[in-house]
Amino acid sequence: MITMRGVEKGFGQQEVLRGVDLEIPPGQLTTIIGPSGEGKSVLLKHMIGLLKPDRGEVWVDGVEISRLRGPSLDKVRKRFAMLFQSAALFDSMNVFDNVAFPLREKRLASESKVPRMVNDMLERVGLGEMGHKFPAELSGGMKKRAGLARALVVGPEIILFDEPTTGLDPLMARTIHNLIRSMHQVFGFTAIMVSHQVPDIFPISDWVAMLKHGKIIAMARSRDFQGLTDPVVREFVLAGEMPGPSSVEGPGQS
Amino acid sequence: MFLFLLQAIAWIFRPPFRPARILNQLYFIGFKTTFVVTLTAIFTGMVLALQGYYSLRKFGAEGLLGSAVALGMIRELGPVLGSLMVTARSGSAMTAEIGIMRITEQIDAMETMAVNPIQYLIAPKIVAGVMAVPLLVAIFDIVGIFGGYLVGVKLLGVSSGSFWSSIESEVGWSDVYGGFLKSISFGLIVTWVCCYKGFYTEMSAEGLGKATTQGVVLSSVLILVWDYFLTSVLL
Repeated sequence: MITMRGVEKGFGQQEVLRGVDLEIPPGQLTTIIGPSGEGKSVLLKHMIGLLKPDRGEVWVDGVEISRLRGPSLDKVRKRFAMLFQSAALFDSMNVFDNVAFPLREKRLASESKVPRMVNDMLERVGLGEMGHKFPAELSGGMKKRAGLARALVVGPEIILFDEPTTGLDPLMARTIHNLIRSMHQVFGFTAIMVSHQVPDIFPISDWVAMLKHGKIIAMARSRDFQGLTDPVVREFVLAGEMPGPSSVEGPGQS
Repeated sequence: MFLFLLQAIAWIFRPPFRPARILNQLYFIGFKTTFVVTLTAIFTGMVLALQGYYSLRKFGAEGLLGSAVALGMIRELGPVLGSLMVTARSGSAMTAEIGIMRITEQIDAMETMAVNPIQYLIAPKIVAGVMAVPLLVAIFDIVGIFGGYLVGVKLLGVSSGSFWSSIESEVGWSDVYGGFLKSISFGLIVTWVCCYKGFYTEMSAEGLGKATTQGVVLSSVLILVWDYFLTSVLL
C-alpha cells in the first residue's frame, strides 16, 4: 500500500535519510524502530506529504505523492490520519471540538450526528467524561488518547503514529500501546508506528523494521525480528531488553 | 513573504467560507484593542492640543486649534498611532499564537486533515484586520479630537465655537478618505507580517521570541514607510 523507493532527505548539511526502501503491508501494524535522532519521524512525515524527499519516491496505492500539492495531495491525505508525538491538539478548542474538528471541516457528518460520533469515540478511548476539558487541563496520556480519538473518528484507512508513548510512564505507555492494538483489531486500518520503546512494541506489532544510518537495515514479522542475527539489530533489541542499573551501594554496604 | 500574502488573499475568496472565524478575529483584533486605542487617543489629542496652542498663539491663531488637532488626527496620528497600537497588542499575539501552533505541530496536524492552515488561520485574520483597523482608527480620531477639545477649550480657554467651526471649515472628505485608505492598508500590513512571522517561526522558544519581536518591529517600520508613500500620493 505504501512504498518508499530510494528516499533521501537532508536538512542543510545534515543527511537524515540516505536511500530508504520500504514497503508497508496493508491492513497490518508496522513499527519502525531505531535509535533516537535517526530520522524515524522524518520518515513518517514523508508518507503523508508533510515533507518532500530530496530524491526518491513515495507511493500510496499506486499514486506517487512526493510531487503532489494542493487538492491532489489533499485527496490522498483524506485517507490518512496521524497521531503526533505531542498529540498536537488545538489549544483553543476543548476535547470534544478537537475530535469533532475533522468531521466538521471535511463535512463527513451533519452537525446533528457529530455529538454521537464524537462521544462514542471518546468512550472507546476512555475519555467519555472529558469532552469539556481543554488540552492544558489534560495529562500526557489523556492528550494522546484524545489525539487517537481525533485520528480514528474519521474512519481512516491509514494511521501514522509518531512515537505515541514518548514521555509517558511505563504503565500509561502500555495502556496506549494496548489501545492502539485493540483499535487496530476493531477497525482494521493500516498502521505505521515509529517508536524506540523496545521490547514493548513487539507484542502489538505485526511487522517491525529498523532504521539506522538513514536506511532500513532490517524488516521482518514481529515474532521473527527478535531472532535476527544482524549485530546492529541485536544490539538495539538487547539494549531495550536489559534490566535497569543496580542500586548504588551506600557507605558501609558491600 | 509576498507569496504568503497572495496565497492568503486567494484563500479568502475560496470555499469553504468560515464567517464565524472572521467574527471571532474581529472580536480579538478589534474589540479587545478598543481600550488601549481609546487610552492612546485621548492623550495624543490632549498633547497635540497643548503643543498646538502654544505654537498657534505666536501668530494669534489659537482659533484654528480645532482644525489643527482634527487634521493631525485624521490624516496622520489616527491611522499611524492606532495601527501601531494594534500591532503592539494584537499583532504580537497573532505571531505568538500561530508560532506556538507551528512549534507544537498543530499546523502540521491541520495539514494532515486536509485543512489548509493558511485558509483556516490566516485568511480570517487578514479579513478581520482590514475591517477592524479602520473602525479603531475612527474611534481614535473621535476620541483624540475630544481630548484636544478638553485641553484646548476647557483648560486653555480657546473658544468652543471657534474650535468646532475651524474643524467644520478645514476638514474635508478627502482628509477622511485618505485616513481611511491608510488604515485599511495598515490593517493589511499588521496581519500579513505578524501572521507570516508566526507561520515560519523557528522551532524553539528563542525562535518564537525572535519572530514575535520581528513581527512587531517589521510591521511598525512598514507602516511608517508606507505612510510616507501614501501621504506623498494623497497630498
